[in-house]
Amino acid sequence: MSPEIAGPSPGGAGVRPPGGVGGDDRLLSGWGRTSPTRATVRWPLTDDDVAHCLAEPPQRGVVARGLGRSYGDAAQNAGGTVLEMTSRRGVLAADLEAGWVRVAAGTSLDELMRWLLPRGWFVPVTPGTRMVTIGGAIAADIHGKNHHRDGSFGDHVRALRLRTGGGEELTCSPGTHPEVFWATVGGMGLTGVILDATVALLPVETAWMLVDAERAADLDDLMCRMESRDHEYRYSVAWVDCLARGGSLGRGVLTRGDHAPLAALDRPRRERPRHFDPRPVVTTPQVVPPGLVNRLSVRAFNELWFRKAPRRRVGHLESISYFFHPLDGVVGWNRLYGPRGFVQYQFVVPFGAEDALRGAIELMSRSGAPSFLAVLKRFGRANPGPLSFPAPGWTLALDLPAGSVELAGLLDLMDEIVLAAGGRVYLAKDARVRADHLGGMYPRLAEWSDVRAKLDPAGTVTSDLARRLGL
Amino acid sequence: MQDALGAPQSVLLLGGTSEIGLATLRRVLRTGRTRRVLLAGRDQAALEVAAKDLGGGPEVRTLRFDAADDPADHEAFVTEATRDGDLDVVLLAFGLLGDQERSEEDPAAARRVIDVNFTGAVAVLVPLLRALRAQGHGTVVVFSSVAAERPRRANFTYGAAKAGLDAWCQGMADRLVGTGVRLMVVRPGFVHTKMTAGMRPAPFATHPDAVAEATWRGLVRGAQTVWAPPALRWVMAGLRHLPRPLWRRLPG
Ligand SMILES: Cc1cc2nc3c(=O)[nH]c(=O)nc-3n(C[C@H](O)[C@H](O)[C@H](O)COP(=O)(O)OP(=O)(O)OC[C@H]3O[C@@H](n4cnc5c(N)ncnc54)[C@H](O)[C@@H]3O)c2cc1C
Ligand SMILES: NC(=O)c1ccc[n+]([C@@H]2O[C@H](COP(=O)([O-])OP(=O)(O)OC[C@H]3O[C@@H](n4cnc5c(N)ncnc54)[C@H](OP(=O)(O)O)[C@@H]3O)[C@@H](O)[C@H]2O)c1
Repeated sequence: MSPEIAGPSPGGAGVRPPGGVGGDDRLLSGWGRTSPTRATVRWPLTDDDVAHCLAEPPQRGVVARGLGRSYGDAAQNAGGTVLEMTSRRGVLAADLEAGWVRVAAGTSLDELMRWLLPRGWFVPVTPGTRMVTIGGAIAADIHGKNHHRDGSFGDHVRALRLRTGGGEELTCSPGTHPEVFWATVGGMGLTGVILDATVALLPVETAWMLVDAERAADLDDLMCRMESRDHEYRYSVAWVDCLARGGSLGRGVLTRGDHAPLAALDRPRRERPRHFDPRPVVTTPQVVPPGLVNRLSVRAFNELWFRKAPRRRVGHLESISYFFHPLDGVVGWNRLYGPRGFVQYQFVVPFGAEDALRGAIELMSRSGAPSFLAVLKRFGRANPGPLSFPAPGWTLALDLPAGSVELAGLLDLMDEIVLAAGGRVYLAKDARVRADHLGGMYPRLAEWSDVRAKLDPAGTVTSDLARRLGL
Repeated sequence: MQDALGAPQSVLLLGGTSEIGLATLRRVLRTGRTRRVLLAGRDQAALEVAAKDLGGGPEVRTLRFDAADDPADHEAFVTEATRDGDLDVVLLAFGLLGDQERSEEDPAAARRVIDVNFTGAVAVLVPLLRALRAQGHGTVVVFSSVAAERPRRANFTYGAAKAGLDAWCQGMADRLVGTGVRLMVVRPGFVHTKMTAGMRPAPFATHPDAVAEATWRGLVRGAQTVWAPPALRWVMAGLRHLPRPLWRRLPG
């Protein structure tokens, strides 16, 4: 099958031959818009373009970038080169009997879903936004609401083609070069540039979800509901009000669901059961004053969100985009945090460390730091990726405005709680963890570093995150 | 790299024995992520003492630097300062108050004050900013002064030099938009340090630690200009428009 999604190459020419000038100097940041740095951006159009960029790297190296949806500094490379992989998009091959596609690494999950759903298939894992690329999904080993059942994105990658920092092209899979494969899954782009990947799919009858929602009065109630019945659903996630105090500490709304079978649709929907064409609803203004997101506005929002949630509602029909990607309806919502941006703090602590989770939520609540929509979820088993984030346990994600002096100390305290509990923070979200905590959080870091050193002895592939954390 | 909350991995202090500079450096080090510190100044022995006082933690290197040196020396200095890697934060904290009355009599004295505070500062900022732009990121903090806001009888040669530096930095900060490099100007009022030892404190007099805290807050907040103490912003906004005959009669 020929590339069917391929769109125009965004903004500018591809890479000129080695020795040529080419490229465009741009200020890049992650989704949190903190620590922007300048790099030369290039748009490789072919495998050879990628090879050339890695063969003649600038002094400060090269890194791949997808849609820049990681929150921190993973997809930027100050003073060096950044390869915008969205220049290479499309379905390269597919077997819709067996249920897999081979896609160019710059293809977004949005594009892929629009292609797959009418054909009766869905991506195996989707994050809270469709606007991520296949390359970014593998490099961060992203997880979705189905982790407790299906694992993370890397668990569904059958094979990938990688151009290593050392310049070699490798096809790897869990069976061939497994150490390279698993160092790349969750490896934050540091093993090389992913060119394309073969991904296993999930068959679906419709583009609709059957959703149960319920309110939980406090953290114990919420965790108890999750533990007892998560296994009955493919998808499960809870929203926690981190500003609620005392008896309501950790109150939240739990939503769980499954893909709706054809039989669950009413007549009008059954006519186009797999129609999928979500559109943005609103766009955030380009310039938003600082301080819009503060303790008062977040407290009011959280209160409203909690009250509007049904005490209990069963079998509600929701579209895929509403269920998985509500924020995609608001273009550029990250600008709401103003010029200083925000950080997302996401950690996981093992089952059995519920006290650490409670301690972290108490700390947040006491500090009064305004966190919108903290998201709580139970992870299932981990995969063999040494830097893969998900591990069996509880994961909590918090969005917090940057630009306050107190936040650094608060998050350092959170790190201590997480470390002591044997947990870790998610590198795709991180923008501030201490480098010397990384080994404690990822005990197999040294193993990963060895693989990477072999693939890229000169350290050609590097990023701001790599420099910040000494990777 | 600086992290999302401003914490740097490396810091260069120009004026490695400056009390305000060292207080600001200590505030930055409290973030716990700084691994490399460079102290640059004229007095090697004093720099060593300052390095020791910083305690363990980051690796500290001392470098010879004299603001009054030639441009070629400044170039060489920057090459040396960037030898071991990126400079994430640069604090420009050297300065010379000088003797106002002497600077009105002795051309060499006047010139010295202008050379150190203005010419020398700009001359070292030029190659430094070139290096920071090449690395694609970095933050420069320049200690100007309230004296730059409106010339006063007590120190207008110094004030003029600081005003020149302040103006250059404002222009440069705008030039740097989009480069990944940021420049922030700090305007302290009267600060109790060896520079002002024995002088009668002006209203709103403050201490190096307070200036350091205001500077750090400004960095984290993304400020372009910081006043220390912060109230001076509003005080000076008023005083700037005071009629000359009244301004002239203000004490100090
Ligand atoms: C609203 C929102 C919700 C989110 N929800 C979730 C969630 O539920 N679960 C979850 O796991 N994550 C979630 N994320 C994070 C996001 O899924 C990851 O950060 C993902 O990596 C972003 O993909 P990207 O294409 O934008 O990659 P970028 O952010 O551009 O890059 C991320 C990393 O991937 C590397 N990379 C990108 N392309 C390639 C390539 N071709 N070859 C090699 N390396 C490459 C980069 O070097 C970088 O290290 C969310 C993000 C947002 C903004
Ligand atoms: N103190 C105040 O009231 C006040 C108010 C407003 C602004 N400021 C400004 O704040 C900054 C820090 O001042 P401070 O109060 O900390 O003063 P300080 O302790 O006296 O420090 C001044 C520093 O400048 C250095 N210096 C002087 N001439 C130099 C030269 N030719 N080359 C290199 N370094 C030289 C000194 O180094 P040596 O040890 O070699 O002399 C010393 O490190 C200065 O820019 C000052 O102008 C101070």
